[in-house]
Amino acid sequence: MSSHDIIIGLAGVLFAAAPVVFATVGETLTERAGIINLSVNGTILLAAMASFAVAVSMHSIWLGFAMGVLVGAAVALLVAFSSISLKQSQVAVGFVLTLMTRDLAYFLGNPYMGLQGPRVQSLPIPGLSKIPVIGVLFFNQDPLTYLSFILIGVAWWWVFHTRPGLTLQAIGERPEAAYARGAPVNKLRYIYAAVGGALVGLAGPTYSLSVKAGWKGTISGLDGIGWIALALTIFGGWDPVRGAIGAYFFALLQWLGLVLQPYLPNVPSQVLQVAPFPLMILTLLLVNIGNAEWVDRTLAGLPPDARRTIRKILRWMQVVPPASLGVPFEEE
Amino acid sequence: MTARLNQMLYVLVAVLVALLFTSLVLVLAGASPVAAYWYILKGSLGSWTKITDVMVAWVPLLLATAGLLVTFAAGLWNIGIEGQIVLGGIFTTWVLRLLQDSTMTPALIIILAIAAGAIGGALWSALAGLLKVYGGVNEIFGGLGLDFVAVALTLWLIFGPWKRPGIGSMSGTEPFPEKLWLPTLGHTRLSLWALLIGLVSAAVVYFLLSGTYFGLKLKAVGKNPRAAHLLGIPTTRYMMSAFLLSGLFAGLAGAVQVTAVYHRLIPAISSGYGWLGLMVSMLINFQPLWAAPVTFFFALLNIGSIQLPIMLKLDSSLSGVLQGALVLSFLLVGGARQRHLARRQVEEASHE
Amino acid sequence: MDIELRHIHKYFGPVHANDDISLTIPSGTIFGLLGENGAGKSTLMKILSGYYHPDAGEILIDGKPVELQFPADAIRHGIGMLHQDPLDFPPLRVLDDFMVGYPKGLTLPRTEARQALRTISEQFGFTLDPDAYVGSLTVGERQQLEIARLLWLGAQVLIFDEPTTGISAQQKENLFAALHRLAKEGKTVIFVTHKLEEVNQLCDRVAVLRAGKLVGEMGPPYDLDGLVRMMFGKVVTKGERMVTPLGKTVLQIKNLALEDARLRIEGVDLEVHEGEVIGLAGMEGSGQRHLLRACAGLERPVEGKIWLDGHDMTGKGYHDFLRRGVAYVPAARLEEALVPTLTLLEHFILAGEQRGLVIDRQAALEHTRERIETFNIRGLPHSTVESLSGGNQQRALLALLRPGLRLILMEHPTRGLDLESAIWVWHNLKRRCREERTAIFFMSSDLEEILHYSDRILVFFSGQVSDPIPATETNIEELGQLIGGRGFEPIAEVQP
Repeated sequence: MSSHDIIIGLAGVLFAAAPVVFATVGETLTERAGIINLSVNGTILLAAMASFAVAVSMHSIWLGFAMGVLVGAAVALLVAFSSISLKQSQVAVGFVLTLMTRDLAYFLGNPYMGLQGPRVQSLPIPGLSKIPVIGVLFFNQDPLTYLSFILIGVAWWWVFHTRPGLTLQAIGERPEAAYARGAPVNKLRYIYAAVGGALVGLAGPTYSLSVKAGWKGTISGLDGIGWIALALTIFGGWDPVRGAIGAYFFALLQWLGLVLQPYLPNVPSQVLQVAPFPLMILTLLLVNIGNAEWVDRTLAGLPPDARRTIRKILRWMQVVPPASLGVPFEEE
Repeated sequence: MTARLNQMLYVLVAVLVALLFTSLVLVLAGASPVAAYWYILKGSLGSWTKITDVMVAWVPLLLATAGLLVTFAAGLWNIGIEGQIVLGGIFTTWVLRLLQDSTMTPALIIILAIAAGAIGGALWSALAGLLKVYGGVNEIFGGLGLDFVAVALTLWLIFGPWKRPGIGSMSGTEPFPEKLWLPTLGHTRLSLWALLIGLVSAAVVYFLLSGTYFGLKLKAVGKNPRAAHLLGIPTTRYMMSAFLLSGLFAGLAGAVQVTAVYHRLIPAISSGYGWLGLMVSMLINFQPLWAAPVTFFFALLNIGSIQLPIMLKLDSSLSGVLQGALVLSFLLVGGARQRHLARRQVEEASHE
Repeated sequence: MDIELRHIHKYFGPVHANDDISLTIPSGTIFGLLGENGAGKSTLMKILSGYYHPDAGEILIDGKPVELQFPADAIRHGIGMLHQDPLDFPPLRVLDDFMVGYPKGLTLPRTEARQALRTISEQFGFTLDPDAYVGSLTVGERQQLEIARLLWLGAQVLIFDEPTTGISAQQKENLFAALHRLAKEGKTVIFVTHKLEEVNQLCDRVAVLRAGKLVGEMGPPYDLDGLVRMMFGKVVTKGERMVTPLGKTVLQIKNLALEDARLRIEGVDLEVHEGEVIGLAGMEGSGQRHLLRACAGLERPVEGKIWLDGHDMTGKGYHDFLRRGVAYVPAARLEEALVPTLTLLEHFILAGEQRGLVIDRQAALEHTRERIETFNIRGLPHSTVESLSGGNQQRALLALLRPGLRLILMEHPTRGLDLESAIWVWHNLKRRCREERTAIFFMSSDLEEILHYSDRILVFFSGQVSDPIPATETNIEELGQLIGGRGFEPIAEVQP
């Protein structure tokens, strides 16, 4: 493979990662507010199908995207409603929804299987796209990829450098304290559920109208990506930038799978496709093992130097969830 | 209004909401809801053969649900159940392949194969358990990752080491000789042995959770592991036991799929019964007594909807939509009902 | 601002937490609100700060009725509250915490906030490092942060809910000075407490609540006996200090060192005898809890040895300690000690001995009934533990401890309990010391409790531990000084 091929390939990785970035950043915002939206996997499928169907029948890419965003926000609001207003388990409702939206996508998407549909065109930025290497990587993409770059920055700035972002951290960490300081906790949780859900929904059309254009039912190859996005949210330690880095790593891995396929003729392609999942487990193990009680116990038995060094490494890898993640808050 | 009437009204409203939603979906797909429901009923209860078909689907679903109730009692979301069913199927197939040419009596081979399936499921479950208990990896993600790995493992086996003579295909491995099938009832596909395994498992789980120290301790671990630890319960051991037991039942489901239904290993050996079992568990609010009837109903929907593509050109995933709508509707209507009751309590107190 | 509360009612389920309370609180004064735990003080103050809304009644500010639907409304009207457990954000830095709740703008007013924090801190003599993490502060410092924050937001009415719990004598002096200053500036200061001497020392006027009702008001000079009668409706006494003759050594600790990310405790030597009560004093997070947990095997020491009745228990786990007759009772009852949704009956089954595989419900029911009777628990065998009141949960916890234990380790034995339950708890514990020769090791932020019930006291100050002090040779003032660090070596740098 020439260096040119590699750069084109890497540009493709950035392109293919865009929907994963949308979903991961969206879920990060929702979870920062204290709500787990476990419906991501099914939501992406339903949004992909619905937006493709709308784009095909209305002949409008814009309406297609609007549909995807709407689906994502609606499903997330249902999770928020059942947990905030009806006090049901977020995990239960999210899980049912992830299965049901998937079946809905397959059921309603049946007539649209394999149809030809519109797709988003690439949009090289004049001038900048001519810069060697960087131009190909960052400025010769489609609008969605640009949007994914911008989103990472904006989300990071919003969470860590704005006043509403600080409130967002507060309601996920200690809602009763945020409430006492005047934050309308549950209203904000609804809003962040909807915004995060909309971003998750955006991942749908980004697939069906761009990255993997079309709708192919159960063989669309989208099943499982939502779970990856959920795991990346944890891996990222609820930081949009770290989460996005995870998304790029995931896309890179998938690309490597494709590149290596010809060299491994005995391995069915489906096997290489699941490679990210054991890796997901491994990364979750690395970021969580520092929280385990037996580790603490074992460390206490070690000589001081080893103990301190290992502790430092563990703490560096470790992620700590927002303290009130998944815990409903009752306003009086 | 008496409590019982109230309860029945709640069930009725929840079912109606779910039916209404599914009907809307059907209308959206341009189909007649009445026709769809009619074909589902006809396709599942229309004849004795159909009813036995429902029971064929009922057994693995009941086994998966029984297993899940154990992990749910310990407060664990054993999402890895799908993979555990798959591993049950793989282990069973493995033992059958090893012994099919031996001189052992077929009955013994089948028993060994089913036992191996149970062990396979338990081992795969233990993996998710170890990750959770010792690695701090949430069992939802650990289990899910292992599900995908299990499916990949099946595919690799079917297309690789265990491929059919000639070329491997999605239709699975070479079928086993008929002497290694679990005997079925008359001309139906139903094996009474499998049915027995399913019903006994459900009964064991019910007994375990409602009457024994083990069940009570498991509940304590599930509701508050820290308090359980202080009460002297070895929490990690109990969590691991829950995983092992749950995986054991899941593995049995996989073993039944291989020995009684497909007689070979196929890529979709779990048939989604793990996911469905999770739905049932939520629907029955984790009460073991309801497991058998509700799993039967879900199996009925699954079998009935097989008719839809043929009769109405609809995708059979409608059953999943209806099942999901039911669970969701029970959760939502249940929540609304509790909210209403709580409000009324407050009002009554302040009007004393 | 003058505050007037008129006919306030508040229900929690069937509990009438505030029953027709009317109060007038003038500005420029320190107004005391006195009552024992569960009297309804905090509820009333949460209503005034918009955290709860009343089921009936109205609130007037400067004579005008106001609607305080949310805390945001109260903040807009200049009402701020310091909650008993400071409502702040441990993982945030002080400056960020300071800015949470700032009402306007898109970007964070970092420079302005830093400036304001410095100015206010200088005015009141607070020492707050804007870049430290809130979680690393003492309770006293967290209170200072809250006061500074409320003043920055322009609060005119400041409510302090039991602010003297868990702070040192020095910090208490600073706090009282700040309160006087606030009152002098014309602010309305409401001081919620259950301690008479604090009312006596500080308040310009006091109102007393009992069982949700306002029972009376009083101005200085205070008739303390009258206040006690108003608080409890009768005369209650804690009983004499009881001295139990000591027996042989139960627990022996030698050169113990414990460590977590922030704190290192080292060189602890101690012998605890049969029937002895040892109290651990210190501000929250000074290391008491670590030592308590290490003595139950819940935490593993990095150095040193622990013996129980002569057996080396170093490095062993809690269940090994349990088998040797040690029991640990945490303060967070529903979070760590009891299993919500399970019934009393099920708890007694779990805590009892397992016979066979299948539970004998009938026998368990009889046993549970007997325990409920003996320990005077207000609840039925089939009551879930979360439906019990705090006092009854604590009784249940004691009832779950099997008789004949060698050592009981307790975090805050009486936190959140009304006086009657508190006295009962200690009565039960002392009986175990006397009759069963059990040793008791407890931590508390209530220095009076420590002084009254302990035989010897260990004082903790940021990881340093004093030698055991016989309770008869010290007093509240000295303990207050000690937990603030007087008499300890200058703090050595803690190695990360």
